[in-house]
Amino acid sequence: MSFINLKDKVVQVKVVYYGPGRCGKTTNLEYINRTYRKQIVSEMVSLKTHGDRTLFFDFLPFDMGKIKGYDIKIQLYTVPGQVKYNATRKLVLRGVDGIVFVADAMEKQREKNIRSLNQLHENLQSYKESIFRIPLVMQYNKVDLKEHGIPILPTSVLQNDLNSRLKVPYFEASAITGYNVAATLKKIISSSVISIQKKLL
Amino acid sequence: MNYGIVSQEQLEQIDAILSDKLIKLGVDCVIIIDMAGNIITAKDNGENKYDVYSFAALAAGNFATVDAMAKLVGEQEFSLLFHKGKDSNIHFSKIDDELLLISMFGRDISLGFLRLNVVDVIEKIRNIWDKK
Repeated sequence: MSFINLKDKVVQVKVVYYGPGRCGKTTNLEYINRTYRKQIVSEMVSLKTHGDRTLFFDFLPFDMGKIKGYDIKIQLYTVPGQVKYNATRKLVLRGVDGIVFVADAMEKQREKNIRSLNQLHENLQSYKESIFRIPLVMQYNKVDLKEHGIPILPTSVLQNDLNSRLKVPYFEASAITGYNVAATLKKIISSSVISIQKKLL
Repeated sequence: MNYGIVSQEQLEQIDAILSDKLIKLGVDCVIIIDMAGNIITAKDNGENKYDVYSFAALAAGNFATVDAMAKLVGEQEFSLLFHKGKDSNIHFSKIDDELLLISMFGRDISLGFLRLNVVDVIEKIRNIWDKK
């Protein structure tokens, strides 16, 4: 749940990038951190292992300007993607306002995407949240790999696997080159802010 | 509990308690956060500027981790945490299931004295919540 400070007129919105291991969640945040340096007041925090894998989470606070006189502070988090870290993923999801599900478009990752999305569904349930209600955006990452001859899943297959029931907005993207990273971010911010507004009215 | 939105009046009361009981005592910075890592309020002595947003995210994660460890050894919770450094120290104390009070302080305050005051502050803050 977002926190709204009526005295200082600040709304804090928590957005979590979720997805299977090595799908590019941290890469999304790193790109945002590089590209929007001016709007980011502090350093990106990364809690990772020696092998550069996310251990706990990455954190990037982001100022979005004002809506109706309220300062919107977006807090971007990633979860650790590795299967064994589900307890940690659950902790990071606490109080989440919006989720970007980053799917790995590589053909061999097909099953991992589905498993990760199912686990997200379960994890949200443990907080009495529903994957069908929470603002969610799908990002089909690594589409650039096609040019390098690596087999990737067509968007129609990914849509069928992951988004046939959810029917949420989706983007093909390449976090490493920045393609559609900003579009994904904008979409999840607007969905989250609208959902918070609705809860308040 | 009225979680999610705190009224201006409530926040002003809480800020006054934090200033009066902790900042005046010589604490560098006090933050109240929720377990999701949001900042409810932050007060400092005007000298030390900390990156409170990153701090809140890390502190919530830290507390959640220690909480999980407590459960592993059969404890219900470890309700307070203390990190000691050479020049600065951090004290965490649980206000209730959703809120944490974090105090950052230097060498000139004793931990015992700080703890006494923190207990008092938490009691007062709980009263403000209950009135709602």
